[in-house]
Amino acid sequence: MEVQYSGDVMTLNMGPQHPSTHGVLRLELKTDGEIVADAKPHIGYLHRCFEKHCENVDYPGVVPFTDRLDYCAAMNQELGYVLAVEKLMGIKINDRVRYLRVIMAELGRIASHLIAAGTYGNDIGTFTPFWWCFRDRETILDFFEETCGARLLYNYNWIGGLMHDVKPDFGKRVIEFIDYFEPQVDNLNKILSDNYIFIKRTANVGILKPEVAVSYGVTGPNLRGSGVAFDVRKDEPYLGYEEFDFDIAVGKGDYGPVGSCWDRYMVRIREVKECCKIIRQAVAKLPPGDVRETVPKRVKPPKGDVYMRTEAPRGELGYYIVSDGSPKPYRLKVKSPCFTAMSAFREVSRGVMIADLIAILGSFDIVLGEIDR
Amino acid sequence: MTPQEIAALLSEQFEDRVLESKTDEINPWSDVKSEAVLEVSQFLRSDSRLRMDHLELLGGVDYKENLEVVYVLFSMEHRHRYTIKCQLSKESPSLPSVESVWRVANWHEREAYDMFGIEFEGHSDLSRILCPDDWEGYPLRKDYVFPKSYRDMPV
Repeated sequence: MEVQYSGDVMTLNMGPQHPSTHGVLRLELKTDGEIVADAKPHIGYLHRCFEKHCENVDYPGVVPFTDRLDYCAAMNQELGYVLAVEKLMGIKINDRVRYLRVIMAELGRIASHLIAAGTYGNDIGTFTPFWWCFRDRETILDFFEETCGARLLYNYNWIGGLMHDVKPDFGKRVIEFIDYFEPQVDNLNKILSDNYIFIKRTANVGILKPEVAVSYGVTGPNLRGSGVAFDVRKDEPYLGYEEFDFDIAVGKGDYGPVGSCWDRYMVRIREVKECCKIIRQAVAKLPPGDVRETVPKRVKPPKGDVYMRTEAPRGELGYYIVSDGSPKPYRLKVKSPCFTAMSAFREVSRGVMIADLIAILGSFDIVLGEIDR
Repeated sequence: MTPQEIAALLSEQFEDRVLESKTDEINPWSDVKSEAVLEVSQFLRSDSRLRMDHLELLGGVDYKENLEVVYVLFSMEHRHRYTIKCQLSKESPSLPSVESVWRVANWHEREAYDMFGIEFEGHSDLSRILCPDDWEGYPLRKDYVFPKSYRDMPV
């Protein structure tokens, strides 16, 4: 779209209390009529010194803090942390722990993508998909609740193992859920993804070019929405993801240029189906074993530093840990996928209409708890 | 390329400006003179053998006697990773900004400035990002003393 500026620029604050900013985020807009000349994000409203707190608790004590980074996908956040500490300490986990972690991480990914899709529909102005998504997410939260007692913030992944084993018929019921859930994804496509109005609102909006995305360090579904087939689970496998047969979901530009809001949204829907594939395989292979077999009595990693990244639902989640040989981390730095995605937001949103700004922001699927830490 | 090859290539290219390399650790790294970090970054990004186009992490660490900036780099093309470290004095921590090489560095450097007070020369908008603009001190430094109040509100 050719942008025509009249030159009469007004400053407008969107947020911090705005329903479609997905948390406490302020966008400082320079508007020229309905056109956004510039949108500068101001973050930090949820800053709660996560990294400073971590320096004052022991290694296992950090796990509950990591849950609170991205509270929509807490299972995946703690997984990244425990893997980093295990890498630093050289702990080898057994197969039962490994498969259970994969199942839980993929269930967490489905739950998180359901929030993303549902609230995105809500942003665009349709309400029914939101309830459908939340209905199915409830079942996943029930699985988590019966396993570790919590619905949102789990503390389930422990360094070297898991908090509890699952119930005996867990696998059977998960497969029953997947059998029920897969057709629901098609229903969601019918009502939302292929909806004419939804496509009109998203398919030609907020184009993120692949080279811009890489330069801004955009990762995960947002990067794959731009057509870059990069997934840490495939390209730098952890937890034995190379054993599983699944495809990387990418944006194909079905209804417009590649890298649009619709592509970023659709990658998540396609990814949910891939998660189902992985869960089926993991449940089928789940071996017996003791989930606390390798949990160390004292967590005291050797001196050194480690960087470990995993594919969280919102992109690459990296933990950089410096150990000085004491039971507390000397320094812990989180590389948050939402933080880097948000830094690309200003670039993408230049010259769009105000209503499209909501569509772009929603398509990035940010969680402010993780950006502000 | 293996970490050993990357370290050898860097030493060959930048000679004494690469102070130290440790390639046998979990996270192989090279210690680079802080004033050379921009040139090293440009080389890492543009050399066809390296192509480190993805800046995964940029962050500060406070080692009490000095500060350190860590750059974790990854190549989407060659799928290799390497870490660059820069030592800075605590009195005047400053080094060139790498914003022109990786645009994501803009926010990462703002965060390092906010938390450690590290000055990045040539940065387009070096301001606090997570703390309020009028916040005093640098919270992630080890000698940071928590304030009792902020704008007359108890903290």
